Amino acid sequence: MKFQSTPAAAGVFILAANLLAACAAPQVSGLIERRPASLANSAEIAATPFFPQEDYQCGPASLAAVLAHAGRDATPESLLPEVYLPGRKGSLQAEMLAATRRHSLVAYPLAPRLEDLLRELAAGTPVVVLQNLALDWWPQWHYAVAIGYDLRRREVVLRSGVTRRLTMRLDTFEHTWARSGHWAMAALPPDQLPATAGESAYLAAVAALERVAPAAARRGYETALARWPGSAAAHVGLGNASYAMRDLAGAAAAYLRATMEFPEAADAWNNLAQVLVELGRRAEALVAARRAVSLGGPRLPAYRETLDAILRTP
Amino acid sequence: MTGRFRRIVVGLLIVCMGGMGAPLQAHAGIVETGAMVAGAERERLASLFERGDVRARLEALGVDPAQARERVAALSDAEAAQLAVQLDELPAGGDLLGAAVLIFLVLLFTDIMGYTKIFPFTRSMR
Repeated sequence: MKFQSTPAAAGVFILAANLLAACAAPQVSGLIERRPASLANSAEIAATPFFPQEDYQCGPASLAAVLAHAGRDATPESLLPEVYLPGRKGSLQAEMLAATRRHSLVAYPLAPRLEDLLRELAAGTPVVVLQNLALDWWPQWHYAVAIGYDLRRREVVLRSGVTRRLTMRLDTFEHTWARSGHWAMAALPPDQLPATAGESAYLAAVAALERVAPAAARRGYETALARWPGSAAAHVGLGNASYAMRDLAGAAAAYLRATMEFPEAADAWNNLAQVLVELGRRAEALVAARRAVSLGGPRLPAYRETLDAILRTP
Repeated sequence: MTGRFRRIVVGLLIVCMGGMGAPLQAHAGIVETGAMVAGAERERLASLFERGDVRARLEALGVDPAQARERVAALSDAEAAQLAVQLDELPAGGDLLGAAVLIFLVLLFTDIMGYTKIFPFTRSMR
């Protein structure tokens, strides 16, 4: 009411309204003008849990929502020590991914495309997004969980802050999301492939899981192989995950299979050599190590080290 | 220069203190899947330095030491490298109150300029 008391204030608001009206966002416009037939007009994952956030804790709250949706026992309080950074009063993106892995889930960073985000939502996967609600020179970083969208109404649906179901104009969302470099992540059990998974991005996500949760990583590689049977890295990864679990026989079998299907994969020969020598099969290990060295490649020094170590083994 | 020196010293300390700072990468002799997928192999020692550095930064920012170790262990090599270099510049999502502060300041500004009169304590310039 007080705003309307001066003509100047009215002028400011008219100007602001004009600016906002002109503010259609590029990805939204493109998607609405040329909606791919395979993308549903609307979707909403109403079952996504909601944890109203306390001060500064939208990171743990958003993460808890997607972890709980994936069947994990997580609350913002339980995640606080895993992602919250007291000195920064917030949570870093890398730590959001890392904490997801600590719960044996694949942390998959989405490609920076609105269409990919909507496709994940249509497939039933809620997605954590990072927004800058203010301006580049005055950032207000905020995590929220995207749970749905409606292209006809030009809206996205979020679990955000203390609001259980926040609808936001898609264009406004795109502007706030673009300022984070369109950052978005899905948290999925390793037997479930993200709807928009790309081969190398998914394998990198599973590889990062190897050290923290090798059993989940092994399952993730199996999931990858079901979708991309021709992936040498997935075969080797299967061996590496078994190796990390100290299942040497399983690792040897996976590496052997990798060398049979991809005889040029020097990494597979190298790792096979290492596990064979640990199994006490020195003669076979030597053959494999020599094969890796003769194939060469960017990691040749590592293969040479493996060979030398085997030669030193009695 | 000093930053780099500090990083090396911190890294060395961590390694010397029983190597508990960083998750040891896979066993010697094994090429990690991460290296194959990333296409760029990181030197193992460099990665250890980076992880030690990130861990020290997390502790300095108020994370419990035991938690800091586990948090660093869950980072991929690329993430650890990124945090080692630019942790302080990276966004830390969390601030919703900040939006209220921004609106407060904008309204304060417009109050002072005489476009609005929200706050009893402001006096317009005009």
